[in-house]
Amino acid sequence: MYRSHVLVCGGTGCTSSNSQKIIETMEAELKAKGLENEVQVIRTGCFGLCALGPIMIVYPEGCFYSEVKVEDVPEIVEEHLLKGRMVKRLLYTETVTPTEIKGLNDTNFYKTQNRVALKNCGVINPEDINEYIAYDGYQALAKCLTELTPEQVIQIVKDSGLRGRGGGGFPTGLKWSFTAANKADQKYVVCNADEGDPGAFMDRSVLEGDPHCIIEAMAICGYATGATEGYVYVRAEYPIAVARLQIAINQAKELGLLGKNIFNSGFDFDLHIKLGAGAFVCGEETALMTSIEGNRGEPRPRPPYPAVKGLFGKPTTENNVETFANIPAIIRKGADWFASMGTEKSKGTKVFALGGKIKNTGLVEVPMGTTLRDVIYEIGGGIPGGKAFKAAQTGGPSGGCIPASLMDTPIDYDNLTAIGCMMGSGGLIVMDEDNCMVDIAKFFLDFTVDESCGKCTPCRIGTKRLLEMLDKITEGKATLEDLDKLEELCHYIKENSLCGLGQTAPNPVLATLKFFREEYVAHVVDKKCPAGVCKKLLSFSIEADKCKGCTLCARKCPVGAISGAVKQAHSIDTSKCIKCGVCIDSCKFGAIIKK
Amino acid sequence: MKSLEELMALRDAAKLNMTTRDGSTEATRIVVGMATCGIAAGARPVMNKFVEEITKRNIQHVTVAQTGCIGMCQYEPIAEVMVPGKEKVTYIQLTEEKVAKIIVDHIVNGNPVAEYTIGAIKE
Repeated sequence: MYRSHVLVCGGTGCTSSNSQKIIETMEAELKAKGLENEVQVIRTGCFGLCALGPIMIVYPEGCFYSEVKVEDVPEIVEEHLLKGRMVKRLLYTETVTPTEIKGLNDTNFYKTQNRVALKNCGVINPEDINEYIAYDGYQALAKCLTELTPEQVIQIVKDSGLRGRGGGGFPTGLKWSFTAANKADQKYVVCNADEGDPGAFMDRSVLEGDPHCIIEAMAICGYATGATEGYVYVRAEYPIAVARLQIAINQAKELGLLGKNIFNSGFDFDLHIKLGAGAFVCGEETALMTSIEGNRGEPRPRPPYPAVKGLFGKPTTENNVETFANIPAIIRKGADWFASMGTEKSKGTKVFALGGKIKNTGLVEVPMGTTLRDVIYEIGGGIPGGKAFKAAQTGGPSGGCIPASLMDTPIDYDNLTAIGCMMGSGGLIVMDEDNCMVDIAKFFLDFTVDESCGKCTPCRIGTKRLLEMLDKITEGKATLEDLDKLEELCHYIKENSLCGLGQTAPNPVLATLKFFREEYVAHVVDKKCPAGVCKKLLSFSIEADKCKGCTLCARKCPVGAISGAVKQAHSIDTSKCIKCGVCIDSCKFGAIIKK
Repeated sequence: MKSLEELMALRDAAKLNMTTRDGSTEATRIVVGMATCGIAAGARPVMNKFVEEITKRNIQHVTVAQTGCIGMCQYEPIAEVMVPGKEKVTYIQLTEEKVAKIIVDHIVNGNPVAEYTIGAIKE
């Protein structure tokens, strides 16, 4: 037993801010002080509060150090680990009260969260199977194999009300029952870890922080559906996730939790990792399977559905990482426990990746039915700089935006669909008053144009034409007629595309048109960008009465567009101006305006 | 892995090391004074002895933590044992031998060792 555990976040976010070096320094310092047999340093997965990384938690006190630097490590070892005095200046401010140090779970960020899929993330060492087992790991698999029939397992998943977390929201138990009903000499389980939405990173974090729960869930799915082989399709851009998953698979094989005759039940299950090259379309289930087969990742028409003819032409069950992450807990704690959380038709919890204009960037997991307001203001800490909330994009390039007026909508699959958005994988990008909604739609469409695989015409050409129309609008060259054409083309692409990519690609345009039509009109009729983003519609000028003639802006301007004598009002040559905004940032008198 | 029993045995063995991290209020806490005065009086071997005994005897739900100066430097090394629902017991002038007895009598069997406590001196 180690008397103290130091948990350092080794997720992608904290690793990129040098947490690996922190761990190495910590281990060296502990050795120098002769504490290496008393204090254990553990590299965990993501804690969720990425904005404050690198994060370190020291047990048994449970104190929460944020934004730790390599230089801080000797002090933590000397003061805290050797002498037992917490380094107050590094503690997350919210945990420090005059009388005591609060635990992590009492902070605003964590206290309203309910972690099911993320339960072990940031809690265990993902590279040590014993820690997963210590927290009841693989008991669900044991229960299925030794006590339950495949039909009973499927019934439990059905009763839990779990729906696909990848975005579609299809009932998971029903999906499993379709595959189970088909007879074949070989069936497969596929885990979709091809997380492609810009701003979504929950699948990566689960694989990085708790890879064994995915292995356990896939084996359970294999048992329930009659499959003996599984594939995890994960993008090569997630090297930490891939490495930890491989370590986890090897450990599970060593202990006989994967392989032949698991728990003496006669059930065999083997797991492979397949690396994806990062095409967005490969997140679509048929394209993903085509890619695993070694072909170019393109979707194919459904039916036949994967449950009938999937991977290598065999019945296949495909689920998203987060969906699988819920399975072991459902089996262990029962369908009723899971169904007690959430709303009538959306049970359980949902993980959201908070990004954009929000204070606490990171991963949160809340019960279905939590309002957007709670997620953004209570957990997310609100918008930085006191700006006003404008909208939040859910579902990435396939979803839509939720405007401020609908902030109190309980978030679940059906409510989001009803207002023209979609749950998607759970990326939540927050936008404030400085974001132009036409520009946002353009950003997402730019992404889908790049990522369209080109197999079907509506998507390949349609999205390109949509983007051109949006370009026209942001350049102030569009007419009101173009807006109607834009909308018409959106509906055409939705109805005629082959797969989900094309069918959902116009959603960001449709949603912004629905909620922020006046911004489109401002671009088209007034030739103005209300948020001051679209450069072609902006012009910079200097208010003569405010300008003191300090010459700072003239010196900072990269193109020499500002001229004027010392102590006299300056002026901007708009033909030279590239609208970079450097002058506004440098002016101390607020004399420069853009409109 | 051939049976549930095998898995549960593995779990129980793995769980011991996780006690430090579970932060549950049901765990017994042993807090050792680790200020300069404590360290000078030999608190480090005392604390290590606590950890060693807990590991050796496979005692679940006990954490060993450090604290700063408790304020009675002449009685160091000092350790406080907090069993949930019971009054705090303060042991003074500890040695490794005393720790072994405290673990057996107090932690395992629930009988505080009165002769090593602060109360024994004051009387």
